[in-house]
Amino acid sequence: MTSLADKPSISLSRIAIYAVLILAVLLYLVPLVVMLLTSFKTPEDISTGNLLSWPTVVSGIGWVKAWATVNGYFWNSIKITVPAVLISTAIGALNGYVLSMWRFRGSQLFFGLLLFGCFLPFQTVLLPASFTLGKMGLASTTTGLVFIHVVYGLAFTTLFFRNYYVSIPDALVKAARLDGAGFFTIFRRIILPMSTPIIMVCLIWQFTQIWNDFLFGVVFSSGDSQPITVALNNLVNTSTGAKEYNVDMAAAMIAGLPTLLVYVVAGKYFVRGLTAGAVKG
Amino acid sequence: MATLELRNVNKTYGAGLPDTLKNIELSIKDGEFLILVGPSGCGKSTLMNCIAGLETITGGAIMIGDQDVSGMSPKDRDIAMVFQSYALYPTMSVRENIEFGLKIRKMSQAAIDEEVARVAKLLQIEHLLNRKPGQLSGGQQQRVAMGRALARRPKIYLFDEPLSNLDAKLRVEMRTEMKLMHQRLKTTTVYVTHDQIEAMTLGDKVAVMKDGIIQQFGTPKEIYNDPANLFVASFIGSPPMNFIPLRLQRKDGRLLALLDSGQARCELPMSMQDAGLEDREVILGLRPEQITLASGEGNGLPSIKAEVQVTEPTGPDTLVFVNLNDTKVCCRLAPDVAPQVGETVTLQFDPAKVLLFDAKTGERLGTAGAPKAEAHSANVAQFKGR
Repeated sequence: MTSLADKPSISLSRIAIYAVLILAVLLYLVPLVVMLLTSFKTPEDISTGNLLSWPTVVSGIGWVKAWATVNGYFWNSIKITVPAVLISTAIGALNGYVLSMWRFRGSQLFFGLLLFGCFLPFQTVLLPASFTLGKMGLASTTTGLVFIHVVYGLAFTTLFFRNYYVSIPDALVKAARLDGAGFFTIFRRIILPMSTPIIMVCLIWQFTQIWNDFLFGVVFSSGDSQPITVALNNLVNTSTGAKEYNVDMAAAMIAGLPTLLVYVVAGKYFVRGLTAGAVKG
Repeated sequence: MATLELRNVNKTYGAGLPDTLKNIELSIKDGEFLILVGPSGCGKSTLMNCIAGLETITGGAIMIGDQDVSGMSPKDRDIAMVFQSYALYPTMSVRENIEFGLKIRKMSQAAIDEEVARVAKLLQIEHLLNRKPGQLSGGQQQRVAMGRALARRPKIYLFDEPLSNLDAKLRVEMRTEMKLMHQRLKTTTVYVTHDQIEAMTLGDKVAVMKDGIIQQFGTPKEIYNDPANLFVASFIGSPPMNFIPLRLQRKDGRLLALLDSGQARCELPMSMQDAGLEDREVILGLRPEQITLASGEGNGLPSIKAEVQVTEPTGPDTLVFVNLNDTKVCCRLAPDVAPQVGETVTLQFDPAKVLLFDAKTGERLGTAGAPKAEAHSANVAQFKGR
């Protein structure tokens, strides 16, 4: 209307808001920047310069050493995480399908009890889980760790899928039953194709949880079967020799990269999936 | 194509809970169009789900043709259903939606293509076959849902309020189209609705339901002209039938209904003159279109003087409301003769058209041959308050 309205209005409050936001961003970014910078410095550089100073010589030695130390454990983590994520997501989807569309007597109670799994502190199950794994002959194996992660991930994955599926109209399943489709055909041909957003949410959630897990890793694995989080801890906490901060930082970056990558690649699905409301029938 | 027979069907969701369906007994011939109509919560959708096999019955038998399907799973009953929400598979194209049931039944691709083409042509959705349901309008989705049902050529079609999600104009169009389709295909059809106009216009047979009980089962004409009880009389017809509570009196050997503080006497027809009705609290039912303006003196019809309270012109008719025996009475008059508000008019009606109902039970009185519905005390409670 007036020429004033066309100009971007820069008021004092707006400046204050941006200032606070920028400050917050810096606060969150500083540790990452410090890690990155340090990982590319030489040990001498680290001891002479300050935390935020630019490396005098950009050196990849920290990364090379770190990778040499942790690469075996990195693959361990992959071998644990990938099957555990896939299995827990698949079972969670099936659970959610049953608990929302094929309710049975007591299914609400069953779901309620299953939810306790989301609130259970993992420390409380360490001993019984260890005992069970021992009896199954899976103690200190990658398979055992996968099993534990699947079991304790099910509460979350079931919750995700069940809550997503209750918003899908019942009539779809009824129509498919009249069309002659059975339990698994309906799931595979009708329900799963509608589930992309929640599958993404579930995959990201489970990947992050399992990849970042330290507690189960340190308790239920030993020696060469340990995941990278445990290996990183061992590396950083060694008390022999001089502290190689560049190696520590590079190893920490390596441990953190996969989850970072998952968020960058699939993050938009995560937000979309979490906010997805009713599915238009 | 098949007959459908429900034999004493019962449904309850558990001991101690009220029956959802109670002694449902009805049968339709091959190719007939059955309407299940009633207010929400009357059990009509449950009954349809039981016929489809989506819910199990707890008593009785459902016969399709001469086969008892009560224990069969939905896919073995050879029926197709159109849902209120259409329930189209959102990730599949229109073509895939129609093909889905055929593919599961292991039809050859050539036969499937032929069937899809036939249905698409019939419903004029050929240009939509490659679209997803989300890209279609409500009316188009409705056609696709019907197409999915038609493609299977089942023995029985089930329609669960298929038109209620459409806007008023489209609903009337689709109603006519539906009737046309049924006249052409002649497939046995069960159609659930709460819309009494759909019930009257579409059905060969109508079952009026309330509280899990069939109140009356008959042709639309029977239901309209010869309702079994107060509930059916009030549910069918728009504007609804007028109900005037009064006490019958016998004078000079004739049974009379006194209206307008005794100013108007309505002599009941011979069929109602039997003993047992006098001095009884009854409800007199009279359809709005049966009340006319007095044309002249001395034609023998009871005439009532009343002051017009409200008029509602609807276009083809004008609804005129007057007060009679402290009851609001609606008369349906031609617009050109309709009186103004405040005018005093003389109204007449034919006593032969009057219906009588028991004020306590809601049962129809004075007809020997009228269809009997189960006495139901809940009906009455509702009408006592009027």
